[in-house]
Amino acid sequence: MMDGNEATAYVAYRVNEGCAIYPITPSSPMAEHADVWAAKGLTNIWGNIPQVIEMQSEGGAAGAVHGALQAGALTTTFTASQGLMLMLPNMYKIAGELTSAVFHVAARSLAAQALSIFGDHSDVMAARTTGLAMMASASVQEAHDMALISQAATLQTRIPFIHFFDGFRTSHEINKIEIIPDSVIRQMINDDLVYAHRKRALSPDNPFIRGTAQNPDVYFQGRETVNAFYNATPGVVQEMMDQFGSLTGRQYHLFEYEGDPEAEEVIVLMGSGVETVKETVKWLNDHGRKVGILQVRLFRPFSMQDFIDKIPVSTKKIAVLDRTKEIGATGEPMYLDIVNSLFEHAAQEESRMNVKVIGGRYGLGSKEFTPAMIKGIYDHLQGAKLRNHFTIGIEDDVTHTSLPFDPKFNIEKESVTRALFFGLGSDGTVGANKNSIKIIGENTELNAQGYFVYDSKKSGSKTISHLRFGPEPIRAPYLIERANFIACHQFNFIAQVDLLKYSEDRSVFLLNSPYGPDEIWDYLPKKVQETIISKKIRLFVIDALSVAAETQMGRRINTIMQTCFFALSGVLPREEAIGHIKKAIEKTYYTKGKAVIERNFLAVDTTLENLKEVEVPAQVSALANQKEQLSNGISEFVKEVTFSMMNGLGDSLPVSALPIDGTYPSGTTKWEKRNIADQVPVWEPDLCIQCGNCSFVCPHSVIRAKFYHEKWLDDTPESFQSAPINARGFPETNYTLQIYSEDCTGCTLCVDACPVDSPTESGKRAINMEPNTEVIRAQSQESARYFEAIPWNDRSKVDFSSVRGSQFLEPLFEFSGACSGCGETPYLSLLSRLFGDRLIIANATGCSSIYGGNLPTTPWSTNAEGRGPAWSNSLFEDNAEFGLGMRVAVDKQRDFALQLIKKIENQVGVDLASEIIYAPQKTESEIRNQRERVAVLKAKLLKLDMPEARELLSVVDHLVRRSVWLVGGDGWAYDIGSGGVDHALASGRDINILVLDTEVYSNTGGQMSKATPPAATAKFAFGGKQVGKKDLALQAISYGNVYVAQVAMGANPQQTLLAMREAEAYPGPSLILAYSHCIAHGIAMENGMQQQKLAVESAYWPLLRYNPELRKALHNPFVLDSPEARKTMEEYAYNEMRYKILTKTNPAEAERLMELAKEMVALRWKTYERMADTPASGFQPVN
Amino acid sequence: MNLHVNYMGLPLKSPIVVSASPLSEKVENIIAMEKAGAGAVVMFSLFEEQIRSEEAIYEEILEQSAYSSAEALSYFPSVSEYPVGIDAYLRIIEKASKEVEIPIIGSLNGITNSGWIDYAKHIEEAGAKGLEINVYYIPADIEMDGRTVEDKYLEIIGLVKKAVSIPVAVKLNPYFSAMANMAKNLDGAGADALVLFNRFYEPDFDIEKMTISHALQLSGPGEIRLSLQWIAILYGRLNASLAASTGVSSSREVIKYILAGANCAMTASALLKHGISYITHMLDEI
Repeated sequence: MMDGNEATAYVAYRVNEGCAIYPITPSSPMAEHADVWAAKGLTNIWGNIPQVIEMQSEGGAAGAVHGALQAGALTTTFTASQGLMLMLPNMYKIAGELTSAVFHVAARSLAAQALSIFGDHSDVMAARTTGLAMMASASVQEAHDMALISQAATLQTRIPFIHFFDGFRTSHEINKIEIIPDSVIRQMINDDLVYAHRKRALSPDNPFIRGTAQNPDVYFQGRETVNAFYNATPGVVQEMMDQFGSLTGRQYHLFEYEGDPEAEEVIVLMGSGVETVKETVKWLNDHGRKVGILQVRLFRPFSMQDFIDKIPVSTKKIAVLDRTKEIGATGEPMYLDIVNSLFEHAAQEESRMNVKVIGGRYGLGSKEFTPAMIKGIYDHLQGAKLRNHFTIGIEDDVTHTSLPFDPKFNIEKESVTRALFFGLGSDGTVGANKNSIKIIGENTELNAQGYFVYDSKKSGSKTISHLRFGPEPIRAPYLIERANFIACHQFNFIAQVDLLKYSEDRSVFLLNSPYGPDEIWDYLPKKVQETIISKKIRLFVIDALSVAAETQMGRRINTIMQTCFFALSGVLPREEAIGHIKKAIEKTYYTKGKAVIERNFLAVDTTLENLKEVEVPAQVSALANQKEQLSNGISEFVKEVTFSMMNGLGDSLPVSALPIDGTYPSGTTKWEKRNIADQVPVWEPDLCIQCGNCSFVCPHSVIRAKFYHEKWLDDTPESFQSAPINARGFPETNYTLQIYSEDCTGCTLCVDACPVDSPTESGKRAINMEPNTEVIRAQSQESARYFEAIPWNDRSKVDFSSVRGSQFLEPLFEFSGACSGCGETPYLSLLSRLFGDRLIIANATGCSSIYGGNLPTTPWSTNAEGRGPAWSNSLFEDNAEFGLGMRVAVDKQRDFALQLIKKIENQVGVDLASEIIYAPQKTESEIRNQRERVAVLKAKLLKLDMPEARELLSVVDHLVRRSVWLVGGDGWAYDIGSGGVDHALASGRDINILVLDTEVYSNTGGQMSKATPPAATAKFAFGGKQVGKKDLALQAISYGNVYVAQVAMGANPQQTLLAMREAEAYPGPSLILAYSHCIAHGIAMENGMQQQKLAVESAYWPLLRYNPELRKALHNPFVLDSPEARKTMEEYAYNEMRYKILTKTNPAEAERLMELAKEMVALRWKTYERMADTPASGFQPVN
Repeated sequence: MNLHVNYMGLPLKSPIVVSASPLSEKVENIIAMEKAGAGAVVMFSLFEEQIRSEEAIYEEILEQSAYSSAEALSYFPSVSEYPVGIDAYLRIIEKASKEVEIPIIGSLNGITNSGWIDYAKHIEEAGAKGLEINVYYIPADIEMDGRTVEDKYLEIIGLVKKAVSIPVAVKLNPYFSAMANMAKNLDGAGADALVLFNRFYEPDFDIEKMTISHALQLSGPGEIRLSLQWIAILYGRLNASLAASTGVSSSREVIKYILAGANCAMTASALLKHGISYITHMLDEI
C-alpha cells in the first residue's frame, strides 16, 4: 500500500544518482522520501546512495539538475505548479541539449485569480513547449510504472521527460499496488545508455563547449537538428512499454482504448480521470451504450498515427477533456491536438472517419470528476446539437458553458465497502484510517483505497477520510458520495455538518458521543433523526473520550474508533481484525516502547465493551437543531457565498456568484464561530492588574480590552465583567477584558503570559482556563455583543509605546485558522493594532498567506470606519518585489496628489492645501489630523467641476501616509525570495519587511531553510543541519541605511513593540526578524513564549535594534536589547524535539553539532557586543 | 597486592565498583573507569517512569500535528525512524560492553511488573554482566503496612530473577523494621547481592528564596556507619554478596567496608568530586 508520491519516488530514487529538491505541495513527499532514504543509506540500482540536495527554489533545483546532467550524473527532481514554472527556462536548455532526465510532477493548478494547492494540468500544460516529452499516469500503479518507463525511454531517446500524475488525487491516494522488483528495474535500465550519458558529459579530459550563443545564420537550423529524435520517441516509448509488459505482465500503450469496439461516442483524456471514465464506460457498455474511452499516456511528442490507430472506426463523436484552461486559445491543448490529428489524417489519406469533436474542461483545482459527470458528457454526445468548449462539474450561469448531469447517477458496486470518517486533524482519525488501509491491503486479498480531505484551517481542521475496500482493484478516483459506513469522531460535528447526506439506506452510523445509547437520541438534531429513520440507518455510539481517559490514552481516540470500525463494518471477521489492529499497533509503536503498546491494546479491548447500538425510535423527537447561521448585519455576498463555502456547499455555487478577479471582502473569520477549544480562558477582574500581556500574546486576537465611562455599566448584561481601571487620571472609568470564547483555540498562551498569582489561591491567575461549556459560550456571546457596542478607545488617547497601552487598540487581524498557539500571528495582530487602518501588506506564500487568505474566510478585518489592512499574496518567490512595487505605486500616487493639490490650491484653499502638503504624519494624532484635513478636501473636491479635482479625488487618499509591509516566513526571506529581499532593502524605499522566522518551511511540513539552526533536524536535514544559520540582520545592517531589529515577543514584548514602531516610523527600508515558535519545532505549543524567552536568555536569539536615524545623529546605531547568556544553549534547545531527535538518532553527532552551534552563538554574541560598543563612525554613513 | 574479589559470581579485578551516576552516561568515562582500576561499573539508573513519560511526550508532540493540513501531513522526517525510551540506554551498554573487559552492571528502576521484566531482559541482551535493581520506592501511602512493602520488594526480585540469567543485586534502603530478616528473605528470593544502602533524593527548603531545593548532596565519610554496621551484621549469614555504597570518599572507607565483610565498595561521589582517576589513587593507597 502506498500513495502516488511514494510509488513514484520509489522508482526515481533507484534509477538516479542525484535528486535536486525543493518543497512544494503536493510533490514535497517525493523529495522527503528521497532525503530520508539517502540519510538511511538506501542505495540505487548501481549500489550507491543518490546525492540529495535541497536548493533555494525550484529555479535553483532545475539549475542544479541541469548542471548535474551536464556533469554526467543521472539526476531527477520533483515539483508542481509554480515550482514547475520556475524550472521552465532550464527545461528548454535541458531539452535543447538532448539530455536524459525525468522531472516527476504532481500536477497542480497555477495561481491565477487565487492560489490553489490542488490538482489539475495547468502546470504541465504550461511546460508543453519546453521540448520535454510528457508522460501521464492515471493511477498510483501507473505512477510507479511510468516512472520507470519514462526513465528507460529518456536514456534511449535522449529526450528529457516530464512524468506527471494528478496532484492529491494520485499523489496522495493510497492504493494497493504491485511493487516493481529491483531485478526488473535493473533490466529496464540499459547500462550502455548510462555510459553514453556519462560520455556526453563535460570533461576536461575530453573538452568541448556546450551552451553557445548562436547568430541568425545557424540558430534556426540548430533547432531543427533534434527532429529525428522526437520522431523516434513514441516508438521507443512503446518499446519500453512492451519490454516492461513482458517483465511484469502490465502491458501499457501510448494510447489505450477501452469500451465497445463499435463505439460511437468516445471520450479522450489523460490523468486520474481516466480511471473513472473507464469504470463508467464499463457500466454504460453493460447497459447497452456504445461508448468508449481513449486514454492518452504519451502526450508529447504526440503521435498522431498511434492516436488514429486506436480510435474505433465506428466513432462518430469525440469529447476531448482537458484538465486545464487556456484562455484565448481556440481550444484547450489536447483538444487542439486531437482536432489537428484528425484533420491531418483526413488530409493525408481518405479518412476512415467522419467524426465530430468537441472539447471540454473538467476538474480544475481538484474539482470532483464523477461517473455522473461522465455520463452527462456521453449523454450530451448522443444529442444532435453539440456544445463545444464546454465545462462539466460546475454551473456556469454566465457564459453557459456547463453541461448538465444527474448528480444522483452512481455506479458504485455493492461489493465495495465505502466508509467515510469525519474527524479533526489532531484526533488521529486520518492516521488510524491509513493504518486500517494498510491492515486490509497488506494482510488480506481485499483491495483498498484511501483518500483524505482536509479543510483549510491549521487548527481544529476538519478531515474527511474516504476509504473503499473490495474484492477487485479499486479504480474510483473520486470522493465517496454514497457510504455504507459513516463515522463521526467529533460529537459537535453532528450539529455543524450534514453528515448523513452521504449515507446509503440501511447503512451504519457510528457516533463518538458523550451520551449513551439511552439518551443520545434527544441530542441529535432533527434533520439527523429524520434521516436515520427514513434511511433505516443503524446507529451506534461510543464515548471514545471516556474510554481513552480510562485506558490512559489521554484524548487520543484514534485506536478506539478504528476498533469500532472493524467491529461494525464487517470488512474482516471481528477477531481477525482485532488481531491485525494489535499487530499494527506493535509495529507502529515498536520504537515507542512497551507502555505505549500496552495502552493501545487496552484501549482496543475496552472499546468493544463500550460500543453500543442505539434502539432508534420510530418518531423524531429532536430538542436540538442544526447550528443556525448568523444573519444580522452581514452582507449578501457573505451570506450567499462565504457561508456556502463555510458550510461545505461551495461546489454548488454558480460562476455568477464568484468575484471575477479574486477580490473578497475583509473580516470574515468573525462569522465562523468554530468553537474548537475544549478549554477557554476566563477572566478574573478582581485579580487582574490590566497589564495587557494576555491580549498582546493571543495568537487569535480573542482577548481584547477597552476602558470606558462607568455609565456603560448602568444596564449591562449579567455576563459582562468589569473592573475599575487601575490607572491614575481616569476617574469614573472602568476596564473590561473581553474573551471571544467561540473563536479561541485553547492554546493557553494568555495564561502563561499572566504575571498575577492569586494571594489566596495558589496557581490561580487573573486569567485561567476552564472547560468551554455551553454556559461559558453563551456568556461570551452576550458579553461580546455588549463589549462591541462600547466604542473603541480614541487612538490618540492610547499610549502606543507600552504593551499595556496597545491592548486598547483594535486588532484588525482576528480569529485566523493558524495553529493553536501559533508564534507568528501575535506579531501580525500587533501590526494590525498599530497601523491597521493605513496598512498595505504584500504577503509571501506560506503559513501566513494560508491563514491570512485561504478561503472561505480571512482574518484581515476592518474598523468601524471601514478601514483596515489591504492584503494581497502574489507568489512565494516574488514577495519583496511585489511589496516594493506597492511602495512605488503609493509614492507615485502621493506625489501626483501633492502635485495636483498644489495646482488647484486656490480652489481648495491655500491654507488647507499647505496644511495637507506639509503635515507631519509620524504620530497617531498627526495622522488623525491629516485624515480630517483630507476629508474636508474631499468634500470640497466633490463640489468642484474641473478635471484636476476629479483626478485628485482618485488619488486623494494617498495624502494620508500609508504603511507598506512585506510579510513572509524564512523560506521566503532566507531562501527563495532572498534576492528580492536584498534588492528591496537596497532600494532605499520606505518599506517594512517582517520576517516571521520559524526557522523552517512550516507550511509545507517542516523542511530545512537557511534559517534552520545547526544541530536541529528537519525534513531535508535528517542528520541535523550542518551549517550555521544565515545572519540576515548583519547582512541588512551592512547597507547602513536599513533599520534592522531582531525581536522575540515572548522574551521582551516591549522591545517588539518598540521595534515595530521604530521600523514603521523610519522613512527608509526596515527589516524585522521575529522569532516565531512553531509546531514544527516539536514543542508543547503552550510553552511557546517560554521557549522564545529561553532562546534569548541563552543568547541564541539576541534582541537587537539597528537604527540609521541614530547614525545620522552620530550616535551608535546598534543597540543590544538582551543581556549575555544566562542559560545554556542546551537548556533552550533540548526542550525542542527538533534538537532532541538527533540526540536519540545519533548522539555523537548531536553532541558535535551542539558544540558547533554553541561556538557559533558565542561568536555571534561577541560580534554584536563589539558592535554595541562601536562609535557611530564605525558604521556605514547614512544619507 | 592482589585485590581481586568476587561479587555476585562476577570476578572483579578490584573491590572498587563505580556506583550508578551520570558518569556512566558516556562510554569514554566507562573506559576511563576501567583504566583507572575500577572492578566493575554500575550504569546510571534506567527509570521506567521517566521512559514512559518520555515516550508519551514524543508520541504526543510528533503526532499532535500529524495529518492536520493537506500541505503538511507531518512536521518531522518519518516518525518511525526515531528510537526513543530505552534504546539510548541499551546502546551505551552495548558499546561499553564491547569496549571494556570489566563487568557492566545495568541499573533499573521499574514501576510496573512488565517494566521490570522487559527492561531487565533488554539490559541483559544488550550485554550487561549483572543487574542492580534499584527499588526506589517511598511508601508514602498511609494505608500501606510494612509487610506489603516487603512483599513488593520480594515480588520484584522474584520476577526479575525469572526473567534473566545474569546475577541480580538489590539496592536497598535502610528503613525496614527488621532489616536482617528482610535481607534473609531477599537472599531467599534469589538476590545475588545486596547493595547497602540506597539514598533517596530528600528535598530541602531554601528559606532565602522560599522555594524547595532538590539539589543532591554527595555522600561523605561520616555517613558510612549505618552501612558498615549492617554489612558487619549480615556478613557470613547470607548467600548473597554484599556491596557497600554510601560514603566512600577515600581508600579508608573501602578498607573499612572490606573489613566489615563487603565484597566490594561502591562510589560515585568521590569520582564526581575528584575525577575518575581518583580510583587509581584509592587503589594505590590500599
